[in-house]
Amino acid sequence: MIGLRVNGNRFETESDPETPLLYVLRNEMQLNGAKFGCGLGQCGSCTVLVDNRPVFSCLTPIAMLAEREITTLEGLGSIDNPGPVQRAFIEEQAAQCGYCIPGMIMRAHALLSENSAPDEAIIREALEPSLCRCGTHMRILRAVHRASKGLQEQASAAGESNR
Amino acid sequence: MTTLGQMELSRRTLLKGGGGLVLYFAISPRRLPAQEAPGPTAEPQQLPGSLSDSPFLDSWIRIESDGSITVFTGKAELGQGIRTALTQIAAEQLRVEFSRIELVTADTARTPDEGYTAGSQSMQHSGTAILHAAAYLRRMMIGFAAEALGVSANDLKVEDGVVVSSAGDKRSYGQLVSGRSLHVTVPDQAGFFDPENYTVMGQSLPRVDIPAKLTGQQSYVHDLKLDGMVHARVVRPAKPSARLANLDTSEVEKMPGVLRVVRDGNYLGVIAEGEFQAIKAMQALQSAAQWEGGASLPADADIYEHLMRLPAVSTVVHGPETPTSPPGGARIVEATYTRPYQMHGSIGPSCAVGHFQNGQLTIWSHTQGVYPDRTAIAEMTNMDEQAVRVIHMEGAGCYGHNGADDAAADAALLARALPGRPVRVQWMRDHEHQWEPYGSAMVVKVQGSVLVTGEITSWNYEVWSNPHTTRPGPAGNLLPAQLISGAFQPEAPTNIPLPAGGADRNAVPGYSIANARVVEHFIAEMPLRTSALRSLGAYMNVFALESFMDELAFAASVDPVEFRLARLEDPRARDVVTTAADAFGWNDWARRPGHGRGFAYARYKNLAAYCAVALELDVDRATGRIRIGRAVAACDSGHAVNPDGIRNQIEGGLVQSASWTLFEQVRFDGDGIQSADWAGYPIMRFPSVPETVGVHVIDRPGEPFLGTGEASQGPAAAAIANAVADAIGVRIRDLPLQPERVRTAMQV
Repeated sequence: MIGLRVNGNRFETESDPETPLLYVLRNEMQLNGAKFGCGLGQCGSCTVLVDNRPVFSCLTPIAMLAEREITTLEGLGSIDNPGPVQRAFIEEQAAQCGYCIPGMIMRAHALLSENSAPDEAIIREALEPSLCRCGTHMRILRAVHRASKGLQEQASAAGESNR
Repeated sequence: MTTLGQMELSRRTLLKGGGGLVLYFAISPRRLPAQEAPGPTAEPQQLPGSLSDSPFLDSWIRIESDGSITVFTGKAELGQGIRTALTQIAAEQLRVEFSRIELVTADTARTPDEGYTAGSQSMQHSGTAILHAAAYLRRMMIGFAAEALGVSANDLKVEDGVVVSSAGDKRSYGQLVSGRSLHVTVPDQAGFFDPENYTVMGQSLPRVDIPAKLTGQQSYVHDLKLDGMVHARVVRPAKPSARLANLDTSEVEKMPGVLRVVRDGNYLGVIAEGEFQAIKAMQALQSAAQWEGGASLPADADIYEHLMRLPAVSTVVHGPETPTSPPGGARIVEATYTRPYQMHGSIGPSCAVGHFQNGQLTIWSHTQGVYPDRTAIAEMTNMDEQAVRVIHMEGAGCYGHNGADDAAADAALLARALPGRPVRVQWMRDHEHQWEPYGSAMVVKVQGSVLVTGEITSWNYEVWSNPHTTRPGPAGNLLPAQLISGAFQPEAPTNIPLPAGGADRNAVPGYSIANARVVEHFIAEMPLRTSALRSLGAYMNVFALESFMDELAFAASVDPVEFRLARLEDPRARDVVTTAADAFGWNDWARRPGHGRGFAYARYKNLAAYCAVALELDVDRATGRIRIGRAVAACDSGHAVNPDGIRNQIEGGLVQSASWTLFEQVRFDGDGIQSADWAGYPIMRFPSVPETVGVHVIDRPGEPFLGTGEASQGPAAAAIANAVADAIGVRIRDLPLQPERVRTAMQV
C-alpha cells in the first residue's frame, strides 16, 4: 500500500510500487489530464508536478512518491473554474488536437510559479522538453505570455490594495 | 446516381412525406429541372457536398418535438476544429442559438457515411451538406408556419428556432416538425443564402472542445473508461514480414493480472487487468518470442536509387506527350529534388477500445473513417458488417493515415478473444514510430529553360513516388489482418487520379507555362509501407516546383514574387501572393549576411485553398543551423466560417512543415526501422520554432468552402528552401535541410 497526495487529496493504491505514476493517475484516480506519449521522457505529455517541479509521470514509479505533493492538470482548475494558466490557453485558443497541452500547461505553471515574468527565451527553454505535433507552438507561447501578464497584473493589484 | 434512381428517391419521399411536404416538394427548386429534363438520358444534377451520397434531410438534422436539435456529420473532429465550424453553419442557417445544437460525429450507427475525414474536405463535403440541409429545413419550417398561421412566408422570420409573424404569432421548430417526416431529399439551396446578413458564420467563435481538453475531461479514446474494462498491449514482429518461429507463453500467462495471451499466426498480444501489468507482460512476451526471416530493407541513404530501379507505371499526366526542347539562347536549369520517408508521429500513440458481446462488436477508435474501418474489420473477423459498430472518439492529431485503423483492428481481435469485457489497447511509442505507414520517399527531376526576358520556354517535370493511400476498406490493408493466420493480402495500391492527385498532387504547375509537361512514375512496390501523410504528394511537389520557380527566376534575374505574378492569372491566386508579400514587406526587405528571405505559393490540389508563404531566416555559418524568424502566410479558403480556425490550421501546418523540412527523416537499414522513438526521429522543439507566424485570411463570403487543413504544408517547405538558398547562395535540393547538409552545401 502506497499513500499518494494528489491535488491536496490523499489516495492509497495497492499497485506494484514500480508502477509509473501515470497509470495510477489515469486508471485508478480517473485523472485524464496527464497523457501517455512515449513512456521515455522524450515528449512531456505526461508531465505533472511533484513538489512544484515538473516530472515525467510515465517514468516515475509510485514507490518514489510517498508523501510528496503531486499536482496534476485537474489540480489547477476545472472546466467551470479553470486556473489562470488554463484560462490563458483557452483565451488564446492554444490547442489543435490538444493532446500535448496538459503537459505544456503544467510546465508553464511550474515556470510561472518561480518566475512570473519570464522572457520569450526562458519560456522556450522551459517548454523544450514538451513536443507538440500540430504546430500550435506560437499560440502556446502567446498563452504563456498572457498568463504571465495576468499574474503580474494580479500581483500589482494585490500590491495596490496592500498599500 | 442514375436518373431512374433519382426518380425512385423522389417518389419514395413523396409517399413518406405529409401533405405539407408534398405541397412543398411540388414547388421545390430541385424538382423543376428534373421535370423539365429533356429525356431519360440526361445526367441528374449533382447535389452539393456529401448530399450527393446522403441526400435525405434527416440524415443530417433532426428536430424533436421539444425543440432539441441534433446535427449529424460523418466527418470526425481531428483537432482541426470542425465540431465548431460545422455547428456554426447549422446555427446560422437554422437561425438557432449556437449552444443549442448538438453535433454527433462519425459513428456507423448514427451518422451518414462520409468516407474518410481526409483531404481537407470536411468543410467542402460535410459543411456544404449541412449548409444546404439547414437552409432547406429553415425554409420548410417557414413554409409550415405560413400554412399554420395563414400568412405569407414573406411575413415570417426566425428567431432562435421560433418562426415569428409580423403580428407576433409564433410557432417553434418543435411544434412545426411534430408529426411530420424529415425524410425528404434536400434540394440545392443555391440562391437562397444571404451571407451579408450572417451573424454566426464568419465569426471566430472559440472552439467547443478546447475547455474540456485543457481541464482533463474525458476527451480522447485514450481516456475512455468502461465498466469492467481491461488493458491490452501488442507485440509486433522483430521486423516487417518476420515469422513467429517459437514462443513459450506459459511464464507470461502466470504473470500478475494476465487474462489472456492472444496468438494467431504472427499476431501476438496480451490482455491484463491493469495497464502496467499488460505492459510488463508485453515486455516478457517480447523477450520470449523468436522471430525468423523478414524483409530486408535497403539502407536509407540508398533509397532514392532503390526506388527508381523498381518497376513503375509512367504516365504523362499533363502537357505534351514528348518533352519540349529548350530553344537556342535560353538558359537551361536542371534539378533533382529528394524527400525522405517522413512520419505522422502522433504525440499520443494509437489506441482503441473493443467490446465483443452477444455477437456484436463495438469499436471506439480515432480512425479517420468509421465506415471503411467497419468494412475492413468485418472482413477480417468474418463478421456481418451489421454486427460491427465503429464509433469515432478523438485521438492525438493524426495528420493522415497513421496507426489508428490498425489499433482499431487490434482492439477487434483482442476483444473477440475476451468476449464480454471491454478491451483497451494502446500502442507503445516504438510501435507507433516503426509500424505506422509513412509519407512516401519521393524524387523529382525538373528541366526547364528561361529567356533573359523572363519567359519560361520549357518545363519538363517528373516525379517518382510510392503510393499515398493504402487505407483500409479491404481488410488486407490492416496490419493485424496481415499478421493473423490465413493472412489477408494488402490491396494492390493505386494512385488518386488528377485533378486531386496522389503522388502527382500539385505536380502540375498552377502557373501559365506553355507546354509544361508532367510525368508521374508510380511505384507500387513499397520497401517501407506508405500511405496518406498530410497533403500527400503535394508537400514534395510544391517544395520542388516552387524551388524550381525560384531557380528559374534567379536564372532570369527576376524577383521571385514578380516572376510568379507574371504567370498567375487567377485573381484569387494573385491576391494571396500580393497579400503575403505586402504583409511580409517583401519589397522593403533589408539584406544582411547569413540572412535570407523566401517565398512560395500553391493552391492546394490546384482546386482547394490558396496559400502563399513569405518568411525570413538566419543560417549559422559555423553550425549550419537554420533559425526561422518572421513567417507570414496568406490564405483564401473561400467563405471563412471560422477565421481563427483557418489561422490555426495554416499556422499549424506551416510550423509542422518547417519541422518536416528542417529535421525529419525516417532512418532504416538492413536490420529494420531505426527511428524507434523521438531520439531516433527528432522533430521541432520550442527553441527552433519561428520567432513569429502571421496568417492573413482573405474571406470570400458566399463562395464555396475550400479545404484548408493541408494548404500550407507545401508552400512553407519551399519558402524555407528558397530562403536558405537566398541566405547562403547555394541551393539545397535534398530534404531535410539538416545542419550537416547546410554545412556541406556552404563548403562547395
